[in-house]
Amino acid sequence: MLRTILIILAVCVTAPHTSAAQDLQSLLQSHQRLVAKPSAKTVGVVLDDLASSGLSGTADFLEKWRNKDLWVRKEDGRFFYTAMAEAQLTLLDIDTGQVVGTTSKKHLKQIRPNGGVRKAIASALVQFQLNDPDITRRKAAVDAIARAMTADQLAPLEAAIDNEADADLKAQKMRLAVMLRASFAPTTEARLAAITALSDDISVDTRAVLNQILTTKRHAAVSIPSDLNVATQLMVGKDISSLDAYAMLVDANLAQPRVKASDIVSVLSANIENGRVAGTPVRLLDTIEAREKAYDSLAAAGAAPTRITDAAAQRLIETHVFFDSYSESDIRVTAAAKLALDGIETRVAISHAADLTLDALSLASIYFLAAIGLAVTFGVMGVINMAHGEFIMMGAYTGYVVQLFVPNYTLSIIVALPLAFAVTFAAGVALERLVIRWLYHRPLETLLATFGISIALQQLAKNIFGTQARPLTSPAWLDGAWVINDVIAISYIRIAIFVLAIIFLSLIVWILRKTRLGLEMRAVTQNPGMAASMGINPDRINMLTFGLGSGIAGIAGVAIGLYAKVTSEMGADYIVQSFMTVVVGGVGNVWGTLAGATMIGFLQKGIEWFNPSNTLAAQTYMILFIILFIQFRPKGIVALRGRAAGD
Amino acid sequence: MNFKRLLCAASTFAIMSAAPALADCEDPVKVGVLHSLSGTMAISETTLKDTMLLLIEEQNAKGGVLGCEIEAVVVDPASDWPLFAEKARELLTVHEVDVIFGNWTSVSRKSVLPVIEELNGLLFYPVQYEGEESSKNVFYTGAAPNQQAIPATDYYLDELGVEKFALLGTDYVYPRTTNNILESYLKSKGIAEEDIFVNYTPFGHSDWATIVADVVALGEDGKQVGVISTINGDANIGFYKELAAAGISADDIPVVAFSVGEEELSGLDTTNLVGHLAAWNYFQSAESDANDAWIEAWKAKMGEERVTNDPMEAHYIGFNMWINSVTSAQTTEVDAVRAAMYGQEFPNLTGGTAVMLPNHHLAKPVLIGEITEDGQFDIISQTSEVPGDAWTDFLPESAVLVSDWKDLGCGMYNTETKTCIQLTSNY
Amino acid sequence: MMKPGFLSQNQSVLWFLATLGMFTLGVTALAEATGTGALSTSFVKTLGKTLCLCLIAIAMDVVWGYCGILSLGHFAFFGIGGYAIGMWLMYARTESIVSESLSAAVIPPTDQEIVEAIGTQIFGVVGSSDFPVIWAFADSLGLQLLMVILVPGLMALVFGWLAFRSRVTGVYLSILTQAMTLALSLYLFQNDSGLRGNNGLSGLQNIPGFDATPQSMISIAFFWASALALGLGYLLFAFVTSGKMGSVVRGIRDDEARVRFLGYHVESYKLFIFTLTAIIAGIAGALYYPQAGIINPAEIAPIASIYLAVWVAIGGRGRLYGAVIGAAFVSLLSSWFTGGGAPDISLGVYTIHWTDWWLVLLGLSFVAVTLFAPKGIGGLFDLLIRKEGSR
Repeated sequence: MLRTILIILAVCVTAPHTSAAQDLQSLLQSHQRLVAKPSAKTVGVVLDDLASSGLSGTADFLEKWRNKDLWVRKEDGRFFYTAMAEAQLTLLDIDTGQVVGTTSKKHLKQIRPNGGVRKAIASALVQFQLNDPDITRRKAAVDAIARAMTADQLAPLEAAIDNEADADLKAQKMRLAVMLRASFAPTTEARLAAITALSDDISVDTRAVLNQILTTKRHAAVSIPSDLNVATQLMVGKDISSLDAYAMLVDANLAQPRVKASDIVSVLSANIENGRVAGTPVRLLDTIEAREKAYDSLAAAGAAPTRITDAAAQRLIETHVFFDSYSESDIRVTAAAKLALDGIETRVAISHAADLTLDALSLASIYFLAAIGLAVTFGVMGVINMAHGEFIMMGAYTGYVVQLFVPNYTLSIIVALPLAFAVTFAAGVALERLVIRWLYHRPLETLLATFGISIALQQLAKNIFGTQARPLTSPAWLDGAWVINDVIAISYIRIAIFVLAIIFLSLIVWILRKTRLGLEMRAVTQNPGMAASMGINPDRINMLTFGLGSGIAGIAGVAIGLYAKVTSEMGADYIVQSFMTVVVGGVGNVWGTLAGATMIGFLQKGIEWFNPSNTLAAQTYMILFIILFIQFRPKGIVALRGRAAGD
Repeated sequence: MNFKRLLCAASTFAIMSAAPALADCEDPVKVGVLHSLSGTMAISETTLKDTMLLLIEEQNAKGGVLGCEIEAVVVDPASDWPLFAEKARELLTVHEVDVIFGNWTSVSRKSVLPVIEELNGLLFYPVQYEGEESSKNVFYTGAAPNQQAIPATDYYLDELGVEKFALLGTDYVYPRTTNNILESYLKSKGIAEEDIFVNYTPFGHSDWATIVADVVALGEDGKQVGVISTINGDANIGFYKELAAAGISADDIPVVAFSVGEEELSGLDTTNLVGHLAAWNYFQSAESDANDAWIEAWKAKMGEERVTNDPMEAHYIGFNMWINSVTSAQTTEVDAVRAAMYGQEFPNLTGGTAVMLPNHHLAKPVLIGEITEDGQFDIISQTSEVPGDAWTDFLPESAVLVSDWKDLGCGMYNTETKTCIQLTSNY
Repeated sequence: MMKPGFLSQNQSVLWFLATLGMFTLGVTALAEATGTGALSTSFVKTLGKTLCLCLIAIAMDVVWGYCGILSLGHFAFFGIGGYAIGMWLMYARTESIVSESLSAAVIPPTDQEIVEAIGTQIFGVVGSSDFPVIWAFADSLGLQLLMVILVPGLMALVFGWLAFRSRVTGVYLSILTQAMTLALSLYLFQNDSGLRGNNGLSGLQNIPGFDATPQSMISIAFFWASALALGLGYLLFAFVTSGKMGSVVRGIRDDEARVRFLGYHVESYKLFIFTLTAIIAGIAGALYYPQAGIINPAEIAPIASIYLAVWVAIGGRGRLYGAVIGAAFVSLLSSWFTGGGAPDISLGVYTIHWTDWWLVLLGLSFVAVTLFAPKGIGGLFDLLIRKEGSR
């Protein structure tokens, strides 16, 4: 009451020249709560009122409301737009846009409509925006229609197609119009035409439209009624379990509910007389049979509903039919939609396989990048470097540190990649000189010594950078995904990693095949003693090899950090996978590592595809497979032959 | 030995009650802090250790409690679950602390439970958890499922009109149990089983492309899809990056997370995540004077770039309630403090008042926030206080159970058979 | 049994057993329940657990230091032993709770209902109530004890047979064993694995039937059991590694091919050692986890087995007491440092908190030991003894 008086007063004071019913503020004040605390369930009332009011500021208001630019004054509940003025806010009248005054934030409350309300507002804005000169507004309108298709949008949308200047947007509008027509066109012929037009489009929206037309409802009945558009008749035991079938009968009031075990217990406990139930002593009621017997005698005496036997339930199921029917009554439409959808589904399946292949390739390239450095050192020197994962981590942290100093993301990546290589190259050389050189004939001990390095480095990283994950942000041109269609898509960052993997594959192959260093490396791999006697310095080669392997790990670190995370434990996540990759592929051969990475990547995705709800199981089975694989090919996929194979 | 401790407790009690206003305290009140400072959980728990130290510091500046200085005993269980049990025993028997604030993961809590119950200790557990537990010796200051998961799901159903749900989680007990509860809740709301997609991934999972594609594909039957994420810790970073790369805006497929707060977002560039959601009992952006003061104190101690989050508020409320209970009981003796805890009230940082219920859970408001560009949350929905429920009403086995330590004296009471199933908790 | 000369030839075994006996008595005399109370119950538990770690460390030493197989998967067997005993502990404790609460019901429960109620109690935490097949024997202590031996033994037998048959050796074998323990821990991490996923089995310190016995007493009992197991294990391994068997095994470590050419069936020896050490590891685990109170899959993550190798290397390979020293020394030192026992060192600008820096120190000292003292701490003893002898 007081509020109403206040509002009237306020209206009189601020807007004496307009009549109360015709300005925005008063219209909103009549729905004060619904505007200040909007909910998707109630916002419709406000939007309808606004739409029918025809006030000129409506579109502007709706946009501001949606964008959280509307504020409410706590003392009187009036709404204002605002502009920042130092620590204060300048209040602007929502009808005239004129400055009303300034006040501190404390006296105001920002109105934050939730996602559902924003969606409703966006739909309401469509009529204002569909022909707006601003293309972003037109796009917003089209998006709003796509998100919530209703019958009444068809006419305005069709009307807005011809005047569309932007070719892309025009195509989008036309596509949307076809979808709307498929569902809402007045004549069957128009709908059929639209559905046929949709049949070569595999996008999610198209499938959504067709699936909506094909929505079914499940029924149980004595016989199939003739007025329903039946989709399928269900076979009990095959399409539907007899338990579910009986439950449907109960729901449709065609059968009595069956007596549950818990019901039996409660009936029995309610009927205890002198320690006996229907003549049976209570202590003997500790088997199902005894309980059922006691219950049946109670039921026979009328003290409880009779149990329905399995046979009786089966008879009831057999005398009824169970079927799905379309909610769409026009059989021609559903048939056309079904035909179109079946065709699309086949193509979706193919696309899905292609998408999975892309994912597998991407995963393989990540594993390859993580493992190739390890493969080089393991192959040439026979040394397992347990600290390899920590070199990956060092590379990623290098990227993070560079971004602290170089705010431009593109530039920072360009700087970070060689720097990460340099840092980990140096670390690798240092590790080789200080530790590994002394352990060449004791490979198992190298494994343990480098493990010592690994835990020290990991903890060191924690001490320096903290345990919190650090951001490593990719440049804007790597944001987003390459979308071939709505099913096949792969993010640019993954493509970049793939390219990086290819580059390093070719680089290493080139070094090994075409350079002096590569020749010497191969010589040392095959026979270090002989190589030394030919004037090659194996020490130097080992050092450079180790540096190279570590350097690549550093670059892998930047790449992995970009698509996943940078933490002190990221190296540990990849080390075992990297070992597997190297071992499965076969030691001492770049192609082996490639084969190993490809196999593991595809295998993992394959297993995930079989069991999409449990990624952990996929990893378990993959490792088990690898263990078995090694048993049968102990030297990996690409095994070295001859002397180079060692023992 | 039991007799010895009883004697000991009795004598302390006698001394305390004899001289409640002892100004110079010979024996400081000891508060155990049992949070991992190393290992995988250090990332989250170190913050809570710092929170406790700040709270104790502030309380000591106000004159401590019972006229005594409060001394913090910090131990490091190193994210090693058996070590939690060992350290808890050490805190209670060697350091003889009066109360323990600690734990993050459910498994660490389950590890500590038998020790706390055996030695009649007191633990304040500050993290949102899966419920289905009520120990006499634990106060759960984090959210139970009905204070986080259920309201968030209601928001999806009512406000966003979501008809198809993807429940993504890390494979451990909190997501599993929460998703079980949600599945059963959604079915009760008429969502069909085939419209609920569930996926579990390992800790620290980074390969999200396929899962994100699967979620997008859910939209093919024209229903509004929403994701409920119980993905834990680091794995979120890869998940959100993939989500952003796939161009999934919150308008198309909203994601509501129960384990992503300000702290987790600080490892991310949030420009592409604006509009996605999180449900908590507290956000740093909450507007209240108490919150402003708390943030200021926190930043003054820890640095300007540090953020506050929900479990911190849980410790804030828990610690202050404990102080008030000790003050009203005039002792730190566990049973007396426990009795004084019931009905204890303390203002939330989000405005309103938290109340300690006889089932050892708090009544707290539920907030839903949208991620903003600066890694904070815009609060778009705030309920009134929701009483925490130890045993969920949406699973048939636990719907019949209630916990009431005040009147029934039982944490697992079957309302159908009217019996107390057990006094110790199920671990 | 043993040849009469065995112990007199291996005096170090006698020394070790005597030291262990003294240690056990000493701890008993200082414990809360049986002595002065100078040692807290939690410390007695730590010591008891350390003895179990020593037991698996000597098993590791035999398989690595004597036989040359660097297994990075022995903690998997340790964990399996723990799970096997944990299943009985959980089942029996839950059964007593459940049958007590169900006995109050008006209508007596059926057997099926009791089992279901136990299932709900145990598996409720992972949202299920059905007993998986692997819990078939959980109600019987005897059978579960058998599982402690059988499951690790069988697993090692199958794995070893596959691996040794195809002549997987050296680094490859190490990585394969690591893959084995990783696969097992990933499998157990799944909630559907039937062993409560990430939560594992907990509350194991409460021994069914001993509800009234205080933990201080239980801890001493387990301490004694662990000491006994360690003593017997030490004897067993000392026996295995001495005599002709021991010579062949060491021969395999030093040059497998040569031993093979001498006509020995190398694979059988390796398989025997691998399986035997796995069984002992399982027993050690079965004694360890009731003292720890909880077992979960994180316990058998690959890192645990690597630490095991670290202990043995630091202690000194190829000598059983070396493994004991390594395990006891490093694990106790570890808990001292991470427990905040070590004083912080102030360097003026920077203060070294050992909780932060302990792992760095451990890692680097490990490198140092590998480089400069490949025989480990045990090697120092050898030097001392040799000096005595030459004098």
